[in-house]
Amino acid sequence: MNSLILRTIAPFLAALMMLFSVFVLLRGHNEPGGGFIGGLIAASALAIYGIGSGVDTVRRAIVVHPNAIAGAGLLMSAVAGLSAMFMGRPVLTGLWWIPVVEGIEIPLSTVLVFDVGVYFVVLGSLASIALTLEEGD
Amino acid sequence: MRKLLLPATALAAAALFTSAAAAAPTGDLRAEAMMPGSTPFTPWLTVLPILIPLLGAALTMMLRHKVTWQAPIAMAAVGLATLFGFLLFAEVAVNGPLIMAAGNWLPPFGIVMTVDRLGALFVVATAVVGLAGLIYARRDIDESRTRFGFYTFYCLLIAGVCGSFSTGDIFNLYVWFEVFLVSSFGLMILGGEKLQLDGAVKYGVLNLIATTIFLIAVGLLYGFTGTLNMADIRAVIAASDGAPVATVGALFVMAFAMKAAAFPMHFWLPASYHTPRVVVGAIFAGLLTKVGVYALLRVLVMLFGAEGELFYPLIGWLGVFTAIMGGMGALAQTNLRRMAAFLVVSGIGVMLVGLGLGSSAGLTGAVVYAVHSILAMMGLFLAIGLAERFGGGATAAGADIYARSSLVAGLFLVFGFAAAGLPPFSGFWPKLMLVQASLETSGVLGIAGVVAIILSGFLTTVTAGKAWALTFLKPAAERGPAPVAAAAEAVSVPRSGQAAVVLLAALVLLLGLVPQLVIVPAEEGVAGLLDPSLYITRVLEAH
Repeated sequence: MNSLILRTIAPFLAALMMLFSVFVLLRGHNEPGGGFIGGLIAASALAIYGIGSGVDTVRRAIVVHPNAIAGAGLLMSAVAGLSAMFMGRPVLTGLWWIPVVEGIEIPLSTVLVFDVGVYFVVLGSLASIALTLEEGD
Repeated sequence: MRKLLLPATALAAAALFTSAAAAAPTGDLRAEAMMPGSTPFTPWLTVLPILIPLLGAALTMMLRHKVTWQAPIAMAAVGLATLFGFLLFAEVAVNGPLIMAAGNWLPPFGIVMTVDRLGALFVVATAVVGLAGLIYARRDIDESRTRFGFYTFYCLLIAGVCGSFSTGDIFNLYVWFEVFLVSSFGLMILGGEKLQLDGAVKYGVLNLIATTIFLIAVGLLYGFTGTLNMADIRAVIAASDGAPVATVGALFVMAFAMKAAAFPMHFWLPASYHTPRVVVGAIFAGLLTKVGVYALLRVLVMLFGAEGELFYPLIGWLGVFTAIMGGMGALAQTNLRRMAAFLVVSGIGVMLVGLGLGSSAGLTGAVVYAVHSILAMMGLFLAIGLAERFGGGATAAGADIYARSSLVAGLFLVFGFAAAGLPPFSGFWPKLMLVQASLETSGVLGIAGVVAIILSGFLTTVTAGKAWALTFLKPAAERGPAPVAAAAEAVSVPRSGQAAVVLLAALVLLLGLVPQLVIVPAEEGVAGLLDPSLYITRVLEAH
C-alpha cells in the first residue's frame, strides 16, 4: 500500500504488537490470554508489516517460511503432550518445575511449552495465509 | 487456495490440542478431579497411533524444504503407528477396553481415549493400508506435490482416522472428523488441476454440511444428557425415559450417512474420488466412508442402545438401495476410477444392510465387511493406478493391459472378485454372514437384504468382468490402428508401487482363507457394542 503514514508507522506498530503478543501469551496461564490469542496478535503484526512494507520484507524478516514455524509449533505441543509418558502420567498431563531464583518463584511447566507451541502454530498458519493473500494484490 | 490449506490444517490440529489440554488444578481440587498414582505404559497404546503420525506431520511441515526427507519421515511415523496399532490390538484382545484420560482429568469430565475390540480392529486396518499407501506414494507423488505438503496431509489424515476410532468422547470424535476432513481437502486439491478443483468443491461442500449436522447433533445430545463422554451418555440415556432420541438420532444418521455416501446422498463420492492422485483416491476410498459407518455403529448401537433400534429399518432400506444403485452405477461407467468409486458406494450399502438388521450376526457381518472393504477398495484403486501407468494413462477399452503386465491385470481381478464377494477372497465371508443374518430376520427387510446383497454382488462381478475383458484383455488392434508407441513407453513402472498392491492382495487372500482373523475380533467388538457394561465400568470407574 502506497501510504507514507502507514509505511512509516508499520515497523513500530508491528514491533509493539509482537511484544504485546508475548505478554498475552505468558499472562494466559491464569488470566485471559494464552497461546491462541497471542498467536493471533503476532500474526496481525506480521500482516500489518506486510501491508506497510511489502511481503518480501516480512519474509526476509522472519527468515523461515511461516509454514515451518507452524510445523515447529505443532511439534512443540505434541512433544509437550508426549513428555508425560516419561513421568508415568497420562497424555497431556502438566508437569511442573518451579525453580527459585533469588527468592522469586518461576513456574515452568510442559503446559507452558504446549501453549508456546500453540502460539507458533497460530502465528505460522495465519501469517502464511495473510502473506499469501497480500502477495495476490 | 493450495497455499492456504496447509496452514489451515495446522490450525485444526492446534484447535484439537487446545480442546484437549488444560492447565493443572491445584490444591484439594486436584485430588478429586485427577487420578492419583502413576500410569503404566500400556494405556499409552491408545494414543500412540495418533500422536506419532501427528509428530510425523509436524516434522514434515517443519522440514518442508528437505524434499527427500519427507517420505522417510512419513514412512517412519506410519510404520511406528502400525507397530503400536498391533500392540494395542493384542492388548485389547487380552485385557478388554483400554482407556487413557487426557491431561489426567477423570471421566466423565475430561476427554478419555477409549479403545475397545472394535476400535482396535479398525486402528490396525487403518495403519496397514496407510503404510501400503505410503509405499505406493513414493513413486506416485512428484516433487512439487511433496513441496505442497502431501506427506503432512497424509500423516494428519492417518492421525485423524485413528483418532476417530480411538476416542471415547463424542465431541472429540467431531474434532477428529475435522482433522481428517481438512487434511483430505488438502490432498484432494494437491496439484491444482481444474478437474480436481471441480471434484473438491462437491466433496468439500457435502462433507462440510455433514460435519455441521454432526456438530448440531452433538450439541443437542449434550443438551439433554449433560455429558459428552460416550460411556456416560449410554448410562444417562438408558436411565432416562422419553429422551428425545428420535430428533438427535435422525441428525446423526443424516450426518454419518452423508459421510458414508449412502443413497441418496452418495452422489458426491463418484463425482470427486477419481479426480486426485490415485493414491489419494485410494486412501479416501479405503478409509473415509468407513469412518462414517463406524460412527453410525458407535452412536446408534452403543450410545443409544434400545432407543436406537428406531432407526434400524431406515438404515436397512438405505443400505438396500445404496447396494443396488452403487452396483448399477458401477456397471454404467467406462472410466475405471469412477467405476471403483461406485463399487465403494455399493459396499457401503452392504454394510448398512447389516447394520439395519440390528442382530448380532448382522452387525458382525457389517464390521467384517468394513475391514474387507478398507483393504479391497484401497487395493482396487491402487491396481487401477498401476493399470493407468501401464496403459500410458489410458484405461479405455482396448488398452490391452494384460499384454503389458499380467501381474497388474491379475491384481485387478483379485480386488474385483474380492469386492464382488467371490471366494477365496475376503469379500466372500462377510457377504455370506450377511445373507445368513438376513434370512434369519423376518419381514420384508430380510428378503430385501438378501436380494440387495446378492444382486450387488452379481452386478459387481459383471462390472469387474466387463472391465477386465475390455480394458485388460481386449487388444487394441480390434478397434482399428493402434498407437504403437504406447506399448514401448510403459516400462517405467516402479517395483515399490507393485509391492504395495501385492501386499494388499495377499492380505485380501489371507482374510479369505483364514476369516477368523477378522471374524473373532468383530464378533467380540459387536458384543461389546450391544452390551457395553465392561466398557462403561472401565471408563466411569477409572480411578
